[in-house]
Order: sequence, then structure tokens, then C-alpha cells
Amino acid sequence: MCEVIVITSGKGGVGKTTTTANLGSGLAALGKKVVMIDTDIGLRNLDVVLGLENRIVYNLVDVVEGVCRIKQALIRDKRYPGLYLLPSAQTRDKTAVNEQQMLKLIEQLKNQFDYILLDCPAGIEQGFKNAIVGASRAIIVTTPEVSAIRDADRIIGLLESHEMNQIDLLLNRVRFDLVKKGDMMSPNDVVEILGIPLIGVIPDDEQVVISTNQGEPLVETVSLAGKAYRNISQRINGEKIPIELPNYVSFWTKVTGIFQKPTS
Amino acid sequence: MNTFNLFKKKSSGDIAKDRLKILLISDRINCSPQTLQMIKQELIHSISKYMSIDEEHVEIILKKNSKRGKNKKPSLYANIPILNIHE
Repeated sequence: MCEVIVITSGKGGVGKTTTTANLGSGLAALGKKVVMIDTDIGLRNLDVVLGLENRIVYNLVDVVEGVCRIKQALIRDKRYPGLYLLPSAQTRDKTAVNEQQMLKLIEQLKNQFDYILLDCPAGIEQGFKNAIVGASRAIIVTTPEVSAIRDADRIIGLLESHEMNQIDLLLNRVRFDLVKKGDMMSPNDVVEILGIPLIGVIPDDEQVVISTNQGEPLVETVSLAGKAYRNISQRINGEKIPIELPNYVSFWTKVTGIFQKPTS
Repeated sequence: MNTFNLFKKKSSGDIAKDRLKILLISDRINCSPQTLQMIKQELIHSISKYMSIDEEHVEIILKKNSKRGKNKKPSLYANIPILNIHE
């Protein structure tokens, strides 16, 4: 059984591509056969995040236009044997592919993979429509900011009208020090507002910047964000892993905090 | 939030949450605050024909149901205090 999951957000820059790369790696690390499709035609990036930018010969548009076979365009990941990337075209635009062509492509890939992850472009135009058409499940990536949550809500509304079977929330870039001070919305606040189930919380972690610079997945690192992505991958795979949020207050602050003057 | 902050102004996280709640209600049903204001005025106008009401304290709120889903439509709540009923 193949599950087709679209990773989307509405707003740009909230971490869709990083999430796609790491969930793909995380699922492949569990021994699954996974293909990640970059549907952001004209603004291709998933290849760079994965460190596979030098291996691209053919792309999504070539496959759709019949220039090459799917197999020729699929790039095998350097780290995981079951992980493949179908890169997007850099020199074309979103109108180069339509929804019927995407559906056909996904149907062809379905019998070869356990998971198909679609990295959706920002916005709600043709690129978004292409990305969601073949998916039965969606992961909404958002950050705890008013603008990102507003866009996420719009996307959820659109997905519901498209009869998406399952919609989960992935809250990215949470700073628990700010949540504790009341200066950032907590995961509970965001879940209450958006009204969809939470699949995981990624803390704001400098390792994300470091790993992205190197073109390596986070799931191999011993970072908080890496662990969060590993857990989410397991949840997608059907395992029951409770969502653990880091303690807002460390033991040491609890001890010394009694003697500290309150800061505003 | 500790006790020292109790009397201080609202935290920015709470402000964000409150702003979002109001924003999303109008986003979700495509209804602007101006439209709500017009509904309120017309309600006051029609009800005033039959009873005298406390116009200052009339509240019109759009509420969404906390669980999302296809049949979970938002509903309009009107709280209209009656001063007395015309005979």
C-alpha cells in the first residue's frame, strides 16, 4: 500500500522543503521505499537541501512531456538505499504541468514505493493544485506566527473542500523560551486555533541551519530537531509515539529562579 | 506566567492568539467586520419595533465550532438585552 502525502503551508519560508527532505530521510531510515517529488517548478530547492543538486539530468517536466522515462529522472539518495528524488525543472513555470499529468505520474509511481512525498510550492495557484491532486493525506507546516497560521487556515479550508482524507499539523521553529515567557503562541494555542491534529513540533534549532548548509538530513544528527523529525516519521509510519515537548524550565533555573528578580 | 506579571499588560503571545481568532472567523466565512456591523444595525432596527432594547450592549458574534469538518459551519450569536416589551 502506497501513501501519497503532500507537505504544504500556504506561506513561504516556514520549512516545507526542509520537512519534506527530513521526513523522506526519516521514513527511508525506517526501511521504507520513498520518493520525494519537488513540485515547485521554476524555484527548485529540494535537491539542494538533500545535497543532490549535482546529479540532476532529467526533471519532472521532462517526465511529463515524455522526454525521458520516470526511471531516468529519479535520483537515488547517497545515504539511504530506498530514498529517491524526482527533481523539479528550474527553467520552466508552474503551467508546464497540469493536474491530470500529475495524477498519471503518481499512479505510475504508486506500485514502486511505500510513500510518495510531494513538496508543495507556496501559494494557492496552479503549483498548489498540482501538488495536492494526487495526495490522500496532507501535512500542514506552520510556524507560531499570525501570518503563517492565517495562511495555514486558508490551506486547510481548501484541502477540506478537496476531500483530503487526513490533514495533520506540523508546528515548526518553536522557541520554548519565548513560549514560557508568553511571547510565542504555544503548540496548544495553535492546535486550538487551527482545529486539526498535531503530528509533531520542531523546536527552533541551529542544527537545521548547519545541516541545510551541508546538504545533509537532520535525522542522522543528535539534535532536538533531528529527534523531532525521527519521531514524526515513525508516527507517519503508524507507530504510537507520544509528542514530548521540552521542559520550559530547566532544573537549574528552577533552583536559581527563586532568588532572581522577575524580568518583564 | 508568574505572579509578578499578573497586573502587567497582556503577553504578546496572547495578543497574537486573540488577533488570529478574530481574523480567522472573518477569513473562514468571507464576512468582513463591516458586514457584521450592518447586520447588527438592522437587527437593532427590526427588534426595536417590538421591544425596547439596550442598544449599547448588543453583541453580535460569529462563532466557529471548535472541531473542524464538513458539516461544522460557523454560527451567528446575538446577545440583545431587553429593557421592556412594548404592549
